[in-house]
Amino acid sequence: MEEKPKLKVTLLTGRTIEQGVGKEWGKSSKEYVESVSVCYMDPEDMKRLGVKDGTNIQVSTAFGSVVVKAVKSLRAPHPGVVFIPYGPWANVVVDPETHSIGMPSFKGIPATVEPAPDKPVLGLKELLKTVFRKG
Amino acid sequence: MPVVKAVTCPVCGSLCDDIELTVENGRIVKVKNGCAMCEAKFLGYCGEHRVLKPMIRKNGGLVKTTLKEAVRRAAEILAEANYPVLYGWSSTSCEAISVGIELAEEVGGVIDNTSVVCHGPSILSIQNVGIPSCTLGQIRHRADLIVYWGSNPWSAHPRHIERYTAFAEGRFEKSAWRSYVNKVKALVGRKKLQSAIKRLFVKKPAPVPPPISEYKPYPFITKEGRKLIVIDVRRTKSAEIADYFVQVEPNKDYELLQAFRMLIRDQELEVDRVAGVPVEYLEEVADVMVSCDFGALFFGLGLTMSSGKLRNIDAALSLVRDLNMRTKFIIMPMRGHFNVTGANIVFTWQTGYPYAVDFSLGYPRYNPGETSVVDVLLRKESDAAIIVASDPVSSFPRKAAEHLVKNPLIVIDPHMNVTAQMADVLIPSAFVGIEASGTAYRMDHVPIPLKKVVNPPKGIHPDEEILRRILKEVRRIKKKEEAA
Ligand code: SF4
Repeated sequence: MEEKPKLKVTLLTGRTIEQGVGKEWGKSSKEYVESVSVCYMDPEDMKRLGVKDGTNIQVSTAFGSVVVKAVKSLRAPHPGVVFIPYGPWANVVVDPETHSIGMPSFKGIPATVEPAPDKPVLGLKELLKTVFRKG
Repeated sequence: MPVVKAVTCPVCGSLCDDIELTVENGRIVKVKNGCAMCEAKFLGYCGEHRVLKPMIRKNGGLVKTTLKEAVRRAAEILAEANYPVLYGWSSTSCEAISVGIELAEEVGGVIDNTSVVCHGPSILSIQNVGIPSCTLGQIRHRADLIVYWGSNPWSAHPRHIERYTAFAEGRFEKSAWRSYVNKVKALVGRKKLQSAIKRLFVKKPAPVPPPISEYKPYPFITKEGRKLIVIDVRRTKSAEIADYFVQVEPNKDYELLQAFRMLIRDQELEVDRVAGVPVEYLEEVADVMVSCDFGALFFGLGLTMSSGKLRNIDAALSLVRDLNMRTKFIIMPMRGHFNVTGANIVFTWQTGYPYAVDFSLGYPRYNPGETSVVDVLLRKESDAAIIVASDPVSSFPRKAAEHLVKNPLIVIDPHMNVTAQMADVLIPSAFVGIEASGTAYRMDHVPIPLKKVVNPPKGIHPDEEILRRILKEVRRIKKKEEAA
């Protein structure tokens, strides 16, 4: 079987203006969900992985794995660095370790990225159902 | 149409207090002076995601109930719990926070605010090292050098640059806006020229971006007025307007900070690069820092959240202390939620500690890493939770959120946010700063009043009122138990 391309990257999570505006419209709004279920990637990295703007990708860390949409970063070049806005999707893969100061590690997490064109990006309700089995 | 002037924007820690709202038939129809986030809040606050009736979970689903019943159920949960978590507080008024702490003491739980997952490490560091700071007004009028480190105000505090720093028109320092526009024009002109030359003389253009190892600083054209330095792992929008942009490799901020400290003390660096940045460029930036009259360093979650956490802040505070031997420099954390600073302040007034306060022994204890909410949840110790004006399920790592939703969960929030969807008791509240008045603290610790502009929907009360009712009910239940 052909080996699927995989990329080792550093995952950052953070704020974007779209997420900031989306959260004010409401956390179940289309604006919010669309703004946080994405992963910004360097265009060169996308080429290497063979994914296009809008292709679904699977981001995995030691803490979990989530399918999000790849989006070409306007902030390139940043090869080897991917960015997911704060939100329920990012939380599946961030590092809960607080290093005994109370603060989990939201930035700089080793991760792998692979194309997942056949896997769907879960909606908010489905994501919560799979993760928490409640709601 | 009545226009309400000088309204404070209840979104981010900049607390802009110059917003003008046009009100028509009890609804806000127009927002003046605000940024995109501000507009979204003032125009969207009454949208379809608003919760208008208290709800209780029955047979797996949320069903409507009365406020009285919801308050009674919430009080029962809290009174029965051994070690409840009381979390949130950064998007409500100081008055509500104050009642929240009283409630925490009454039920013997652990109360924590959102600074634990944003600037908690900064607070620990400030307790270690101290902080030279000032108000944003001073910076607006006097600072001639602004540094943003690990912070992207353009996205997170959209008007910060315009109101308080580089693009603000101060009394003694002029706005750098016009010279920035000129700079952009010059750059565009240069780019056009370059591409024209390329088209004419070069056959094959090679638009491959350089890898980080071939670091190229952002094109720099000297301009008049205040200077802006941005240090970040990504070339953010804020970086694009900067005079100097230092692109640090992820998780290398600590090294870079220490390198700057050495340069500022005129010590030599015996390497070519630090954190991926050529030392010559760092020397240039260090020179700019030393030669300013009044510098201000703002730092964001890029420092507190990446590797090193509080140690990064230790180094940043020390850098500013060093800089103060050569010139005047201040440092300030970029606080996110509009009243997260207020939460720290009210917590400190009432308990002695700014966050992560544990009342389980009957007196306040503070030991972040042990009494902080994420750790309590990761150790699976809590047995109930009340969340006020916050959305931890969408901001905590999955493991922590899992334990939170497994136990009885009370949520007080105006919106059906992600945590509210998981709630067992959901009590809708009025938007503080829109439908309820109160006090909030700006990121520079200046208290600013929040206005009540319109009436809340019928039957909806402010957080403070709801919390008071729950507290009263808890006391009643406890009294009854004692008597029995
Ligand atoms: S910068 Fe912050 S406080 Fe100012 S208008 Fe925008 S969201 Fe509101």
